[in-house]
Amino acid sequence: MDRNELISMLETKAKKLRRGVIVSIGVGLAGHVGGSCSSADIVSALYFYKMHYDPKNPKMKDRDRFLLSKGHVAILQYTALAEAGFFPYEELAHTKEIGSMLQGHPDVQKTPGIEAGTGSLGQGLSIALGMSLGMKLDRIENRKVYVLIGDGELDEGQNWEAAMACAAHKADNLCAIVDRNRLQATGKIVERFPIEPIDKKFEAFGWNVIEIDGHNMGEIIDALDKSDSVKDKPTVIIANTIKGKGISFAENVVSFHNGILSEEQYQQALKELS
Amino acid sequence: MTYTNQRLAYGNTLVALGKENDRIVVLDADLAASTMGKLFEAAFPERHFEMGIAEANMTSTAAGLAQMGFIPFTNSFAVFAAGRSYDQIRQTIAIGCLNVKICGSSAGLSDFGDGSTHQAVEDIAIMRAIPNMTVVCPADAIETEKITRAIASVQGPCYIRICRNDMENITSEDDPFVLGKPSLLKDGSDYVIFATGVMCSVALKAAESIKNHSVRVVNVSTIKPLDRAAVIEFVRDMKGVVCAEEHSIIGGLGSAIAEALRRECKPIEFVGIEDKFGCSGHNYPELLAHYGLTEEHIIEAIESFERI
Repeated sequence: MDRNELISMLETKAKKLRRGVIVSIGVGLAGHVGGSCSSADIVSALYFYKMHYDPKNPKMKDRDRFLLSKGHVAILQYTALAEAGFFPYEELAHTKEIGSMLQGHPDVQKTPGIEAGTGSLGQGLSIALGMSLGMKLDRIENRKVYVLIGDGELDEGQNWEAAMACAAHKADNLCAIVDRNRLQATGKIVERFPIEPIDKKFEAFGWNVIEIDGHNMGEIIDALDKSDSVKDKPTVIIANTIKGKGISFAENVVSFHNGILSEEQYQQALKELS
Repeated sequence: MTYTNQRLAYGNTLVALGKENDRIVVLDADLAASTMGKLFEAAFPERHFEMGIAEANMTSTAAGLAQMGFIPFTNSFAVFAAGRSYDQIRQTIAIGCLNVKICGSSAGLSDFGDGSTHQAVEDIAIMRAIPNMTVVCPADAIETEKITRAIASVQGPCYIRICRNDMENITSEDDPFVLGKPSLLKDGSDYVIFATGVMCSVALKAAESIKNHSVRVVNVSTIKPLDRAAVIEFVRDMKGVVCAEEHSIIGGLGSAIAEALRRECKPIEFVGIEDKFGCSGHNYPELLAHYGLTEEHIIEAIESFERI
């Protein structure tokens, strides 16, 4: 597959992931539309280009690991896992049902392919560091831990404890990706609780920083590849995104952080993502 | 070697475990010199992680190591291990039933000089309420060694609570130890004392010195899961039950025993800390006495049953 074909394939997958998110949420129940759609291209690139794993053997030792620190967009990861073959696509329709393997937030005990229990924000990077240290102890080379963090989530202080610790432990097998969609649950980050400059903060903490357009598939895969050659320090990819990307009425709309779709909106979203 | 300090017993047992099992790893938060994590650090520098003064991150990092198949022990003072890291324990360790061992060192009032900020009087209650969590509190240094080994060998999250100060051993190397089983320290026929941690030796002294009553003493070093059937058996034919712990009377051993005995219709008294924070003292015994954790208080609790 040449580069253009690869990019086209990943873009198609990303669209499919967004569609899966909408199908999982359905009509009349709240779901995290906005943050799922902003992260979809990144997750597509990770699951269908970058990461090494075996859906038939989810615990395979020699695998890359993906942690969703922004655990509220679990439905996006579930869709990716289904698309990758970890479980049947039909399971998505049972998301959040009592007894379902697909909980509102990622659960390591219930869902194949889920690597960490997240949802209480700001903890994924720390868990990723533990995996990074474990991989080094086990001499697992050429494998990585990827952790996707929301920009609003960076309010949580534990991220910065972890950022220090990742640098102190030279976690060069760890790559964090910040989905910088610039909105948090109650409004624009810049108005509610300003956190910029994210890049300079990570730089000051000793990280390799790459900034990209998080909806430009070429830039995403290049950034992921570039992080492989960095030694002795962790990498953070700051991905500039649009919350709700791909669904016209949800783009940049705060209320679709955890929004409810009407029947009409549901149909329109599926149409736009077809 | 026989230790008379739980921290030393714990730290040396970690080293012994580290020799036997290369999956054991230890994390400290700038307190390795106190938690005795430093012993493991000296023996296995590759498998010891200094995590800085950042307990929340340390605890979730341990979750990641457990997910890689390691058996991480996280060390800190109990106030930080159980308090500051509560959410990390709940969210990233206990929900997933991950194999992380959390050591609450300098628990209870044992960090006597540092005062309320450093004295965990509610850690058992917090840890006990978390599903999947095992909660242990050894009676002495000898039992600390056995309990540390035991929690390393079971799958799932465990919280071990140990004392800062030297103490006498009341168990012996030869006593059998089974995780989850309360053990008889002294038999008696009128009253039973359930004790945990340092209060086991205090309870023994009370039982030996009390006049006119025959008192049984039971060491409950596994507070959760509590062997309810064994607890019920220990109170059979007893006139009353005393629970003794260096912890708030809310949510600790006494609460656990009361829950176990909810259908037994026995009077129960609690010798513990009465819904108060700790405070600084010049020495440990002085502070225990200040909070009513003495032989005399246990005797008074038993004698109070006679006045009913």
